[in-house]
Amino acid sequence: MSDMEPTPRTSVKKQGQSLSDLAHDVLAMAKTHGATEADVVVADGENLSVQIRLGSVDRLSKAREKRLGLRVFVGKRSATSSTSDFSPESLRRLVSETCTLAKAVVEDPVSGLPAADQMATEQPDLDLYDETRLDTDRQIDLAKRAEAAALATDERITNSEGADFDSSWGRVVLGSSHGFIGDYRSSSYSLAVSPVAVDPVSGSMQRDAWYDVRRKFHQMDAPEAIGIEAARRTVRRLGARKVVTKRVPVIFDQESAGSLLGNLCSAASGYSLYKGASFLAGQLGKRLAPEWFTVYDDGRMIGGLGSRPFDGEGLPTRKNTVVDKGVLTSYLLDTYSGKKLGLPSTGNASRSVGESPSVGPTNFYLSPGTRSAEEIIRSVKDGLYVTELIGFGINMVTGDYSRGAGGFWIENGELTYPVEEITIAGNLKQMFQDIELVGNDLIFRGRIASPTVKIAEMMVAGN
Amino acid sequence: MGQLIPLDSFGVTEHDVLAALGRVKVRNVDYADLYFESCVSESVSMEESLVKRATKSISQGVGVRATAGEKTGFAYSDDLTRQDLELAADTARYIANSPAGTQPIPVPVRSRPARDLYPVSQDQAEVATEDRVTLLNRIDAEARRYDPRIKNVMAAFNTEYKIVMVATSDGILIGDVQPLSRLQVTCIAEEGGNRQIGSFGGGGRIGFQFYRQGDRYLEYAKEAARIAILNLSAVDAPAGVMPVVLGGGWPGILLHEAIGHGLEADFNRKKTSAFSNLLGKRVASDVCTIVDDGTLPGRRGSLNMDDEGTPTTRTMLIEKGILRGYITDKLNARLMGIPLTGNGRRESYQSIVLHRMTNTFMLAGESNPEDIIKSVTKGLYAVSFGGGQVDITNGKFVFSASEAYLIEGGKITKPVKGATLIGSGPEILTTVSMVGYDLKLDEGVGTCGKEGQSVPVGVGLPTIRIDEITVGGTQSQR
Repeated sequence: MSDMEPTPRTSVKKQGQSLSDLAHDVLAMAKTHGATEADVVVADGENLSVQIRLGSVDRLSKAREKRLGLRVFVGKRSATSSTSDFSPESLRRLVSETCTLAKAVVEDPVSGLPAADQMATEQPDLDLYDETRLDTDRQIDLAKRAEAAALATDERITNSEGADFDSSWGRVVLGSSHGFIGDYRSSSYSLAVSPVAVDPVSGSMQRDAWYDVRRKFHQMDAPEAIGIEAARRTVRRLGARKVVTKRVPVIFDQESAGSLLGNLCSAASGYSLYKGASFLAGQLGKRLAPEWFTVYDDGRMIGGLGSRPFDGEGLPTRKNTVVDKGVLTSYLLDTYSGKKLGLPSTGNASRSVGESPSVGPTNFYLSPGTRSAEEIIRSVKDGLYVTELIGFGINMVTGDYSRGAGGFWIENGELTYPVEEITIAGNLKQMFQDIELVGNDLIFRGRIASPTVKIAEMMVAGN
Repeated sequence: MGQLIPLDSFGVTEHDVLAALGRVKVRNVDYADLYFESCVSESVSMEESLVKRATKSISQGVGVRATAGEKTGFAYSDDLTRQDLELAADTARYIANSPAGTQPIPVPVRSRPARDLYPVSQDQAEVATEDRVTLLNRIDAEARRYDPRIKNVMAAFNTEYKIVMVATSDGILIGDVQPLSRLQVTCIAEEGGNRQIGSFGGGGRIGFQFYRQGDRYLEYAKEAARIAILNLSAVDAPAGVMPVVLGGGWPGILLHEAIGHGLEADFNRKKTSAFSNLLGKRVASDVCTIVDDGTLPGRRGSLNMDDEGTPTTRTMLIEKGILRGYITDKLNARLMGIPLTGNGRRESYQSIVLHRMTNTFMLAGESNPEDIIKSVTKGLYAVSFGGGQVDITNGKFVFSASEAYLIEGGKITKPVKGATLIGSGPEILTTVSMVGYDLKLDEGVGTCGKEGQSVPVGVGLPTIRIDEITVGGTQSQR
């Protein structure tokens, strides 16, 4: 995962030194070692994770972590490094080696920090942090309640892959040789349940899962509600079968439509685009989808799982319209990929601590339509409702798409029987053009979200 | 023999280690261990004919673990002071619900692995940045020389040098040095608005010299270019059930996805695998014999010892079609009363031990590979794949071809693109009717992800014929 989100780390203060002081010191050191520009990310946090299985604790894991990432420029040459060892001697060696590394690679005319006057000047509180600390027993109890609810829902649920409750708190400090220093805290709480159901007739098993993840503990769904939904999703898969190979309308439920939107997000990444490795290359300003298709990426959504006050280079985040009424209006860019394409950054630099910036979504979502999921299903006479996608059968260069799928067969507007061991295939460019309906059921359970989506026709391969 | 790693390379003493083990190994704890790790990784990458990215990462830390019954308690720290060790030990033993004890721990006997499968000295593993740059520049030139339609070449050379030390409550104190490197080349070809991609690479627990032997790195460049150019003329894949011939080497990912994960002991102990209760039963045709082998010299998936200090082994998974064994770590071998196979692995000190595959492959059969292709009237010949994925519980797996051809009338004809294969793990190998004598291991690029942890693995396969599998293309056969 490339991002600078709270890979959990804590405020381990070394000799009373704050993380921003540390960032400042490392930047000064870089300068003395010949760096003309530099930026540094320091992240720390803590994480507590419990896993329950069949009512007892299976795993308990607790961690405190810290990591510092450095990027230096020696003229137009650049290198990055990272370490978990914050001792002054180790940091001095790291800075020196990074500068040496930079001198060994070639000049890249486009490289460099963003312009100093573009850096974020205000850092709004996006309500990303919850101080609630759950102790181990409390987390164990919440996970137990969720799993117990799943197991009690249906007698065919006889086993479980368990229930996990994770909480993490972290802080990120970003400093650059422009004098920028930014800092924010974030937290997250998640609960996931994965029951296993056995078909009483055939003995075959099915597993599914349900979850919730929030920045704030009090916003979480009740553990029982998560368990019951997990059970419902698992039991309904029992008796799944293959279908005959044919071309039919395909409806993606919220989760699988979110995966489609994730594909759009990858294709809109500046790095894929300037390398010619995206089917969206050269498509800016062109029609991608019907006019009821509008996609936003909003880095300032209050409490959003992808929100942050500034991006991985210290530029202010914002709300970008990526697709406006079917027309591709923006790529996702940081400074480097933007320059390669002759465009300004969109504030989408994502930074994994040890690497140079890349591009990533903040809160990336398809704007909801007016129809309910039920209405959309009713519009299909013979077709597929997809609830699960597996495998990596997507060629981002061409848009060719062929993935394993599971879900339900639709006959005369109703879900009839579960299906599995089938694939759905098409081409993403065509699939977006062929979107017929967008649901009204947008819910955020991650940084990429989508309502239900109906595609006019795809090839379903089975028997 | 492997190297003897001094404890003080982690800045801790034997006394600190014993004290921490004693603190964690309380009355109700069955087993405890400390895993020290220090890792330096470096990466240099090229695109648009410029070697413009260089990255170095240093990490060091300790993971402390206790198991009690089926429970695992785990904590880690990237500081290695005595206090950090004690804090981690207290967290790990929380699961045991018993007070801190002063149980005597056997004083560990410091030892080294009995063999060294990857005797790469540090100076052979460390590659000067200038040499990496030269290598990548030559790759760029070679790929572009292959065909003028190659418009971009991306290549990355990664190395990792990991030193680990495991101290266990059953008296083991053993260390290992684990070098690992990989060279990956990706080409983009373009012709009249048609853009296609091709990738190739290799690596292992080997020194830099490996890539220069016989200009291996240039072969990677040519292969990546060849696949990208080939895909320019590829037709859309067919859809439906048909016979498929898999080429040797990397297509062994089929074994990894279709059966390997299903044979990881925990899923079977918990009865959540499609392979639960199938030990001793037929799960493949009698031409299929499959092993997991962590003892092959220099391979990406090989290890002198696993991350619990157990020597790796060769484990018979399927013998002439009959399911013979699971791969295990200490926890699951103990709980299930089955042999310990040395498959306890972790991504780093920050991750819990899971049992994972090493190098998983099918042994050679007796068929001539050409006869296997000739036997198919209408089907698919797949020689390289992207990734794959499996649902352990219902056994359904998918994997996607990156180089494949139609077989028509017993002959390989047009290249196809966008073919995904989907099947059911416990069933697919029962339809394997021919196994070639040409066993090939992959080039050394595989990484397996499970529960968010990535570990290097290998796969291998001779040419095989699968009589029936669903191919998920876009072109109807009817």
